[in-house]
Amino acid sequence: METENKSLHGILAEFRNPKELVDAAEAVKKSGYKSYDTYAPYPIHGMEKAMGIKESPLGWIVLGGGLIGCIGALWLMIWVMGYEYPMNISGKPFINIPIYVPITFELTVLVAAFATVYGVFSLSGLPRLNNPLFGVDRFKKATDDGFFVCIEASDNLFAEDKVTQLFRDNGATHIETVYDSE
Amino acid sequence: MSTDYQYAPEPTLVKGDHTFREITDLIVKTPLSPTPPLWYLAFGLANILLIVLLGAVGYLIWEGTGIWGLNNPAGWGWAIVNFVWWVGIGHAGTLISAILFLFRQGWRTAINRFAEAMTIFAVMCAGLFPAIHVGRIWVIYWVFPIPNQMGAWPNFSSPLLWDVFAVSTYFTVSLLFWYVGLIPDLATLRDRTKSKVAKIVYGIGAMGWTGSFRNWWHYEKAYMILAGLATPLVLSVHTIVSYDFAVSVIPGWHSTIFPPYFVAGAIYSGFAMVLTLMLIARKMYSLEDIMNIDIMERMNLVMMVCGNLVAFAYLMEGFIAWYSGYIYEQGIFWLYVVGPYAWGFWILMFCNVITPQFLWFKSVRRNVALTFVISILVNIGMWFERFMIAVVSLSTDFMPSSWAYYSPSFWDIITYIGTFGLFFTFFLLFLRFLPMIAIAEVKKELPQADPHNYNDETKEFIEGNTEPVLVQQEQTV
Repeated sequence: METENKSLHGILAEFRNPKELVDAAEAVKKSGYKSYDTYAPYPIHGMEKAMGIKESPLGWIVLGGGLIGCIGALWLMIWVMGYEYPMNISGKPFINIPIYVPITFELTVLVAAFATVYGVFSLSGLPRLNNPLFGVDRFKKATDDGFFVCIEASDNLFAEDKVTQLFRDNGATHIETVYDSE
Repeated sequence: MSTDYQYAPEPTLVKGDHTFREITDLIVKTPLSPTPPLWYLAFGLANILLIVLLGAVGYLIWEGTGIWGLNNPAGWGWAIVNFVWWVGIGHAGTLISAILFLFRQGWRTAINRFAEAMTIFAVMCAGLFPAIHVGRIWVIYWVFPIPNQMGAWPNFSSPLLWDVFAVSTYFTVSLLFWYVGLIPDLATLRDRTKSKVAKIVYGIGAMGWTGSFRNWWHYEKAYMILAGLATPLVLSVHTIVSYDFAVSVIPGWHSTIFPPYFVAGAIYSGFAMVLTLMLIARKMYSLEDIMNIDIMERMNLVMMVCGNLVAFAYLMEGFIAWYSGYIYEQGIFWLYVVGPYAWGFWILMFCNVITPQFLWFKSVRRNVALTFVISILVNIGMWFERFMIAVVSLSTDFMPSSWAYYSPSFWDIITYIGTFGLFFTFFLLFLRFLPMIAIAEVKKELPQADPHNYNDETKEFIEGNTEPVLVQQEQTV
């Protein structure tokens, strides 16, 4: 094999269906691996339990964004209408909180929505220009009808023969080594 | 024949027993195969209308809003009618993608991408009207709280400014929601396409998506949060649009029923528009298995409910006019019914109140041709509803001496027709280059997607293992 100059990224195994993938993920977790991931064309129900993934912290990011939007909008309107540019409109009070509700709401939603999108990208490490897995032709199926597990070489317990054996025991249909592109 | 209810396996959402691969093939076929000749024809027509729109808007900017049929007192005419109509149409997309998602209505996956695209393009058409209506569009930035050379700031207590914030937030959030939903499907297209250029373009859009579960985990959370944000947002947008009218003191406008009534009307017309577009697209692109009759029936049910809510609102308007003892409100009511615009009122009554009553019949709800006709009529009716609201109250207010009949000018009409060019230009580009059905979401709804529908020992899929639900079954006694 002409793999001398390439470093190993991990071992990729394909499974037949979502059930096998969930069971395989559970077996991988039980064997003590930490750096691994499963790949499927849609989010599989119950996979978070099989992989033991903790609750996503995204909600807190969104809460932060929403608070910034809410306080920012109120601050803007109170400052503009009360101090910077007070206008007497039909004798209404300059600082008139009920009338600020619609815009406060809209800006809360707007900033929270941006926080959601930025949050999901940064938590998932996206955008990403390339991924060693894209070098595997078979991996194209992951966005179509393929179900994959990849245990990465960076894992402390990683040993090529053991990982391969684990996948084979769990009924993998294809097992491939993945190399980092240089 | 009697009707009986009993437990039976839930009918599958996608007809025809497709595998994951077949679903992918069915949907990516359109963006990845050569352009059909009919598409060029439709796109050409849409482009002609778009040029008409650009001409009409260009002339408006050159000449001023005097080219429209506006007069004193009717300072709001077709432009505002069209604005409310288009933005209302947009609301169905968000209802389908966000509210039905929160209610766990799996059937929405067949149409959500499609309806969200409709929302975005409809809001673009809507936003155009108030922007060009300001007259001096080169200073449109005055509506935003940007420090300017005059040291002046917008008036935050004006409902018109609330509208600026509501519609621009709505457009932005809809676009974000739509794009987040598209990412996994763009990755599918990236992995499927043979063309080098398409691979790069879809690849940039997909942002390196791999389908990793650790990403899906955050992604699903993000999707739910965006749905949760979009749900109150969509209700707020048409509420605020209704404030443009309701916060004034004009008879016929100054009414607390406006916000819920506007929201119901928006969903009503939006569902009608989704149905119109869907019934054409499913035929053209042979997607009958996904956008199937069951989905059409459910949409018809939503339309029927909203139609009756709107009918109830009309009834309440009449009742309150009488019950309030306020003669100007009563005057507006009579002007609606027998006044100079009564023709519009009766078109509206026929299209919005009579038409949806046919949807009480299951055979009508499941009939493609009739549904198509009803959806068109509802859209016409909803346009007339906004026409009646905007025009009658303005042109015939407190002082009979200042009454004037409003009629649109040539430019009003072609600007409106032109917005269809804008809408369909974008919509056809969407149909051509992007997956019109959310591939990943449809797959998730297939019975074979759920690991619980597999045998624990053999790990083989078990047919008909879906949750039993109470369904209506016709039985011959």
